[in-house]
Amino acid sequence: MASGENIEVLDLALTELRDVNARLQGDGASANGFFRIINPRGAHALACGLDNEIEVEVEGHTGYYCAGMNQKAKVVINGNAGQGVAENMMSGEVRVTGDVSQSAGATAHGGLLVIEGNAAARCGISLKGGDIVVKGNVGHMSMFMAQAGTLVVLGDAGDALGDSLYEAQIYVRGSADNLGADCIEKEMRAEHHEKLRVLLEKAGCSDVDVSEFKRYGSARALYNFKPDNVDAY
Amino acid sequence: MCGIVGLYLKSSSLKDRLGEMFTPMLIEMTDRGPDSAGVAVYHEPAADGQVKITAFHPDEEFDWDALADAVGSDLNLSIAHHPNGSHHVLIANGDSDTIEAVIEAYDPALQVMSAGTTIEIYKETGLPEEVAEKFSLKDMKGSHAVGHTRMATESAVTTAGSHPFSTGLDLCLVHNGSLSNHNRLREHLAAHRGIEFKTQNDTEVAAAYVSDKMNSGRTLHEALEDSIKDLDGFYTFVVGTRDGFAVLRDPIACKPAVLAETDDYVAFASEYRALVDLPGIESAKVWEPEPAVVYSWGGRA
Repeated sequence: MASGENIEVLDLALTELRDVNARLQGDGASANGFFRIINPRGAHALACGLDNEIEVEVEGHTGYYCAGMNQKAKVVINGNAGQGVAENMMSGEVRVTGDVSQSAGATAHGGLLVIEGNAAARCGISLKGGDIVVKGNVGHMSMFMAQAGTLVVLGDAGDALGDSLYEAQIYVRGSADNLGADCIEKEMRAEHHEKLRVLLEKAGCSDVDVSEFKRYGSARALYNFKPDNVDAY
Repeated sequence: MCGIVGLYLKSSSLKDRLGEMFTPMLIEMTDRGPDSAGVAVYHEPAADGQVKITAFHPDEEFDWDALADAVGSDLNLSIAHHPNGSHHVLIANGDSDTIEAVIEAYDPALQVMSAGTTIEIYKETGLPEEVAEKFSLKDMKGSHAVGHTRMATESAVTTAGSHPFSTGLDLCLVHNGSLSNHNRLREHLAAHRGIEFKTQNDTEVAAAYVSDKMNSGRTLHEALEDSIKDLDGFYTFVVGTRDGFAVLRDPIACKPAVLAETDDYVAFASEYRALVDLPGIESAKVWEPEPAVVYSWGGRA
């Protein structure tokens, strides 16, 4: 974050949510580009649809869809985030210092989402690109039907991890005892160690040993229609 | 949708502020349920041997003195009563089932909302803010409260179809979600467990299930653990008993839930924004309850 004098403070106790979002979405880029949002009070859809290379720091817990559809911006939430944080992110970076609710990073196409606490169920559901790094645990059905992109979990993964996975990749350091349909453990080769090292460094966890992780991906057994099943029709 | 909120005070120091803390929580959940609202407040316990019954009559001109006299002379006991909005609280020495039956026989339009020693249930159609105002919720003192703002899916928008539901003494349950096996379970509970249902509402079945389990000796915590196996559908439940408070989400966890705990209270809401005005919330432990895990405080947990 920039030094104090360049930061524009937006107070949600005094300013309407729509006006705060309009400021961040609109002429924000032409200003100094550093914003601090105070008193978020669990508001939904805060700092959504940003499309400028600005930095936004939110002081407190947010509601649903915070930093959704983000492009280019860097958003830091100093607190917990509700459902769908950074959903459909295209680029940029979203960092949450606390825990997040369900469907974090859902359908994101790009960018980096870092969650320093735990993520609840369905983290990275239908991920289409981009990277998610969770320092704690993730809940059940994480990466359900994820198509591209990467999820890194430093803790444990809940039930049915990677169910019906396409070409997304998952790295888990802790336990992943119950994999979803068509999700299998795969070999960690040198290129995976390297990719993981780069990603962990970007997320600010370069002290973590990449050899402690296992890699999971699609068995690709659900991709095609099997002639054996023709009698079912 | 629907919004649910609950506040359980761990220390008595805040009991005078229960209504003041709880009312904004309920009103904040208006967006999730503008059809009707209801609350169960646990306060002013009746004296030993007395029961407290909360009842509603849709006619504003209904003569409650005449009801109290008729029921009192029928059962040979004296009934004290006082109004709160469209509801009345009746207090008497005696057996609650008997008194409840005589009240409901007096006029079929009378609805008993709750019975017990401590619970009072108030519910009405309309915006949560209007409902809270009608019952002077803000001024209520007590140990815990459970509330609901309703966006109806499974049954009509009526006072009777509003939450909380109570099917046992001092027990109430609110629900965000919809149950898929409530019809069969209702038949089972009616046929084999002697439970009388007042509505077609799925939540009443869940409340009846929990009170039946507790009547057969299970604790609130155990009864909710049993319900994970026997109730099918989407649900986040908040349950209150005379001295207990519990939260449960279904294993898929479709419906939102946030818990906050400090040394002084446990607060539940569908969304965090309902908790933001609670004292000390900035330093409270705030977390999303895990799916299929029972959280309980107080009671015989």
